[in-house]
Amino acid sequence: MTEITNSPAPVSALKTSGLAEFWYYFSANRGAVIGLGVIIALVLIAVFAPWIAPYPPDQQFRASFKAPPFWYEGGSTAFLLGTDEVGRDILSRLIHGARYSLSIGAIVVAIASSVGIVLGVLAGYFGGWVDNVIMRVMDVILAFPSLLLALVLVAILGPGLLNAMLAISLVLQPHFARLVRAAVMAEKNREYVTSAKMAGAGHLRLMLKTILPNCLGPLIVQATLSFSNAILDAAALGFLGMGAQPPTPEWGTMLASAREFITSAPWIVTFPGLAILITVLAINLVGDGLRDALDPKLKRS
Amino acid sequence: MLNYILRKLALIVPTLIGISICAFAFVRVLPGDPILAMAGQHGVSPERYEILREQFGYNLPIWQQYFNYVGNLLQGNFGTSLATKRPVLNEFMTLFPATVELAMVAMIFAIGVGVPAGVLAAVKRGSWIDQIAMSVALTGYSMPIFWWGLLLMMFFSAYLGWTPVSGRIALSFFLKPITGFMLIDTLLHGNWPAFVSALRHLILPAVVLGTIPLAVIARQTRSAMLEVLGEDYVRTAKAKGLSSRRVVSVHALRNALIPVVTTIGLQVGLLLGGAILTETIFSWPGIGKWMIDSIFKRDYVAVQSGLFLIACIVMAVNLIVDVLYAVINPRIRVQ
Repeated sequence: MTEITNSPAPVSALKTSGLAEFWYYFSANRGAVIGLGVIIALVLIAVFAPWIAPYPPDQQFRASFKAPPFWYEGGSTAFLLGTDEVGRDILSRLIHGARYSLSIGAIVVAIASSVGIVLGVLAGYFGGWVDNVIMRVMDVILAFPSLLLALVLVAILGPGLLNAMLAISLVLQPHFARLVRAAVMAEKNREYVTSAKMAGAGHLRLMLKTILPNCLGPLIVQATLSFSNAILDAAALGFLGMGAQPPTPEWGTMLASAREFITSAPWIVTFPGLAILITVLAINLVGDGLRDALDPKLKRS
Repeated sequence: MLNYILRKLALIVPTLIGISICAFAFVRVLPGDPILAMAGQHGVSPERYEILREQFGYNLPIWQQYFNYVGNLLQGNFGTSLATKRPVLNEFMTLFPATVELAMVAMIFAIGVGVPAGVLAAVKRGSWIDQIAMSVALTGYSMPIFWWGLLLMMFFSAYLGWTPVSGRIALSFFLKPITGFMLIDTLLHGNWPAFVSALRHLILPAVVLGTIPLAVIARQTRSAMLEVLGEDYVRTAKAKGLSSRRVVSVHALRNALIPVVTTIGLQVGLLLGGAILTETIFSWPGIGKWMIDSIFKRDYVAVQSGLFLIACIVMAVNLIVDVLYAVINPRIRVQ
């Protein structure tokens, strides 16, 4: 009896020490910690956007079209980063845009990874014709340049943010499937899987509870990579007029008409792109740190 | 070796079939009726509609339509563009050299800067050179390239006035195309000012398109070099008393380049995707801009065939890379 009640303690101790070990390797990477800090700040900005932003994102100030940022001549502190071509405060739009970009990344990764994991586990676990069919379909998707395929899909589904996210999820999903399949195939003949099978575990339990948790490391790294890719692709679709539609303050959409202003109002061009770059850079920094911390091969060197 | 190539080719067949199904299904599911789209604003009478339906085979069962479609593809018939009424293959072929030229120069830029930067970063591991090179590489890797293009355009074209904003060559030059590659054609014509103009038009788009491959290649070269520099044969070479320059450039780099070649090959698909954005920003008359325009014009036939042709090109390039990889790395062949 006492044995049973005592058993959870060492397990949880193991878990925290694993986490501590992870943090030890992760925090050794200065860039990754900075990236994490930036992401936390961005999440806070996104959550509290309506309270932080000086103005609503679509409020037009008809007296000040294309007002420059405050450090330019003629700029004022009323509009810190200036206003756009129809007199909307750029800073407020950028702050609200953080909501879009971060949720696009999260939703796309959620869809792409869950579909990809299911397909990858099925292919890797069962092998044979199941594997063949699934992986050939993935090959077809990967044969198209991803942005082009996403564009065509959005053209079919109709332009808009939701369809853009679905299209991007579809083109990012094969990367998860391939990764999980390879990991499952490497794991499924190990002794612990055989012993679980001997103990009478069913297919579903073997796949999801026995094998999958041991493939998580590379999956987490792929998820961060896909997060930044999703933000970049969604911004590109918005830029091309196929993603979020104006007047949505999505960062890529804000740049859609920016080409006209490269001589007259450079700030309209500069800031939305800078916001995308900073966000994606921060996520990639964290991704690099995660890879170093989770990849045992790199850890030893 | 032949065996290896045949095995790879056999794997391509199901993918090709899949691609053709995708391209075929695409026109079927797009909103709107293809016949009404072909007829344009004038519309058609119901009788004429039926005749057209029969003429284009839309009244046949769906699987028969698919086989007709594949049959046409196999005969090199890629349909007629709805927008220009010209054969799609002709349009594709006239625009394709522009994209190839842009992509080649972008790749030369990416390899020419990326490989030396990666080698230097690996050799001077942990130094400020390494840190700066890798920070720049990560920034390049995270770059929204459409914005990067606008930024460079803003600085070099609008502010400094050094480079033109759009097109392949100044409109004042009329040159008969020979190869379709502007840089080569202008030289063949011996027209030096035209060559300079073409080069000035090419440089910004190529830098923009080459930025992400450059970053990927630099990072990959660095990690491959680091791995190789720790190998026994490198230590042996050093112990023999060879100069470190010789050890790095002859013994290490040759082996480090094996995975880098694969990376370079994998960039081709990305390059074609990036060309869509780059060509749109710089109004570069290539395949990427043509695809975007066709999508916006709802030119189903052009989009369908363009999608198919581009996927075939990506697969062909991947096959070449696979073979090349097997040539330089014999271990792959036996597996």
